[in-house]
Amino acid sequence: MNDKSHSDHWSLIIKGHTSLFDVKFKDLWHYRDLLFLFVKRDFISFYKQTVLGPLWFFIQPLFTTLVFTFVFGNLANISTDGLPQQLFYLSGITAWNYFADCLTKTSTVFRDNVSIFGKVYFPRLIMPLSIVVSNLVRFVVQLILLFIMMAYFAFEGADFHMTYAIFFFPLLVVLMALLGLGLGLIITAMTTKYRDLSFLVTFGVQLLMYGTTVIYPLSSAPEKYKAIIALNPMTGIIEAFRFAFLGRGEFTPWSIGYSIIVTVIVLFFGIIIFNKTEKNFVDTI
Amino acid sequence: MSDIVIKVEDLSKAYQIGQIGTGTISRDLERFWTTKVMGNPDPFLKIGEANDRSVKGESDIVWSLRDVNFEINQGDAIGIIGKNGAGKSTLLKLLSRVTSPTTGEIRIKGRIASLLEVGTGFHPELSGRENIFLNGAILGMRKSEISRKLDEIIDFSGVERYVDTPVKRYSSGMYVRLAFAVAAHLESEILIVDEVLAVGDAEFQKKCLGKMGDISKGEGRTVLFVSHNMAAVQNLCNRGLLIENGSMVHQGDINGTITRYLQGNSFLDDLSQVRGRKGNGKIKFQSVNVYGNQLQESVISGQQLHIDLKLLNLENITSDRIRLDVRVEDDFGQRLSWVSSSLVDIDDAIVPQQIRIFYPRNNFNNGIYFATLFLTVDGEVADWIDNAFQIIVESGDFFNNGRLVPNRQSKILMDFNMTFSS
Repeated sequence: MNDKSHSDHWSLIIKGHTSLFDVKFKDLWHYRDLLFLFVKRDFISFYKQTVLGPLWFFIQPLFTTLVFTFVFGNLANISTDGLPQQLFYLSGITAWNYFADCLTKTSTVFRDNVSIFGKVYFPRLIMPLSIVVSNLVRFVVQLILLFIMMAYFAFEGADFHMTYAIFFFPLLVVLMALLGLGLGLIITAMTTKYRDLSFLVTFGVQLLMYGTTVIYPLSSAPEKYKAIIALNPMTGIIEAFRFAFLGRGEFTPWSIGYSIIVTVIVLFFGIIIFNKTEKNFVDTI
Repeated sequence: MSDIVIKVEDLSKAYQIGQIGTGTISRDLERFWTTKVMGNPDPFLKIGEANDRSVKGESDIVWSLRDVNFEINQGDAIGIIGKNGAGKSTLLKLLSRVTSPTTGEIRIKGRIASLLEVGTGFHPELSGRENIFLNGAILGMRKSEISRKLDEIIDFSGVERYVDTPVKRYSSGMYVRLAFAVAAHLESEILIVDEVLAVGDAEFQKKCLGKMGDISKGEGRTVLFVSHNMAAVQNLCNRGLLIENGSMVHQGDINGTITRYLQGNSFLDDLSQVRGRKGNGKIKFQSVNVYGNQLQESVISGQQLHIDLKLLNLENITSDRIRLDVRVEDDFGQRLSWVSSSLVDIDDAIVPQQIRIFYPRNNFNNGIYFATLFLTVDGEVADWIDNAFQIIVESGDFFNNGRLVPNRQSKILMDFNMTFSS
């Protein structure tokens, strides 16, 4: 008995059933270079053989802003809390896009990478994490567009100002990323078995945008819906984002605290479900 | 004891075959209810059966591996052999953590790198150099490690000139060279290689085999190698592991294992119970035996192929016109060959009990082929069995120069002459 325990210096034990909480963070750290190589791959493959290259990062939010300004601002006359309409929409779109991209891209991670996952082991979480980081690059580029727009409207003398909440900006980015990641992880794990969910995601995210304060401020939402809209954890984040950059929006310890709690819970379950699924999904997908 | 690097205990893997996706929610709920709430054993695992493709299963759970036990010592080069579908690839998948076992466990000492496919994760838009980094990192190397070995890798691959060209412009040969070069430079204590060398030209195959030989013999690393190329296995490995229908049936030195494999490779199939056949059944096919020759059961490209058929004539029919056709199709249903008693001078007035079809030099490349049997008596169909049996062909030295034709290039091999002139 004694020599057995003595000689058992196994570096790896592969078993069928492992604990739910057996997430291999050490492995994840070892593969960190891979994460950045995936980011680089995404970036290069995105603009290779395009004429405009990284400019495409600007074009999408810019045109969305123009359309929103026309439809919701000019036709529907929805309040923008006294902010210039373009600025109001662009700030909402920039933040929302980051969350939505993280969510939709991670929600197909098993299906998109089945050929790699089926042939080689690396911590599967690397892939969704690389998506979050790739999108962060995109988000930063789009943020520059927002700054340019802010500079332009400041020059025009529009009424807005940055607030102390700007110090919470890194926290807001982390929250958007992790909330999108957490939801995406749950969905991708479920779609390996129930393919229907992937159809839900594409329009679900779009619908959810209207349940978030992207095209209207929380302050002008009808009283009876206000509570429901505030239940959406993205609402607190986008309101805080707008408050930080433009000085309008509801930013309270409660609203942001709520978003933090929801994000932590979603991420926790996301990682557990993802971790549980990654072991065998190759057999079912 | 201390030099055991892989220890496999009671390893099993069950697969669900057939349709996945219909009624899974209700089934999952049922499963959850019986196992978690009631505490009963999982009802969907109880009814498993051995993995035998030729017998139609009753349940939709198949054990691809069942209670496999073995130990591997450091520095060994293990050849894992077995028929197609025996469970070799499943074993490699479990060892490389692509999927996890249903029961049992594997203990591993040291870093493990697996090469189930060359060039996993290669991105067509990235240059060769960028792909070396990406692929290396996917296989578990750190960036610094790859940088240190970059020159060596590029040198081994022999594609220096194109290393900054996107790999989508590469020929398939260059692609494989580059991919293998990355894998060959992994610093792992254990290397797992699936049949990936079937691609690439003979010269490069030799180079790869040489490199793998260096790895196990020179550097004391452990290599697990799966191949249908018995010559390569014999060259490279010192020990063998034979898997049949999901169970390990033999472990020992490589020559013994190969001999055992070739002996046990009986393709005798009982045809009397096959359903879905057409014809009036006056005379029926009873059994078929497919083999290379008397000394060697397995069928190898370029070597002899025998098909022995037994007929069942219960009503003692007599006839003066008997005709037998054998059609062979590939896995896409493309007809590759047709032989018939009508093509040869044969005394068709005899109602035979046994028929032997002999191909002196079979032209099939390695792969699985499906044969249809067709028998007429006096112009009427007596027995007709679609996909009656399979012919499993292993790669062989068809051209007598060690150069193999990749299966994807052609399923049929033909003798040829080529001359260059100016």
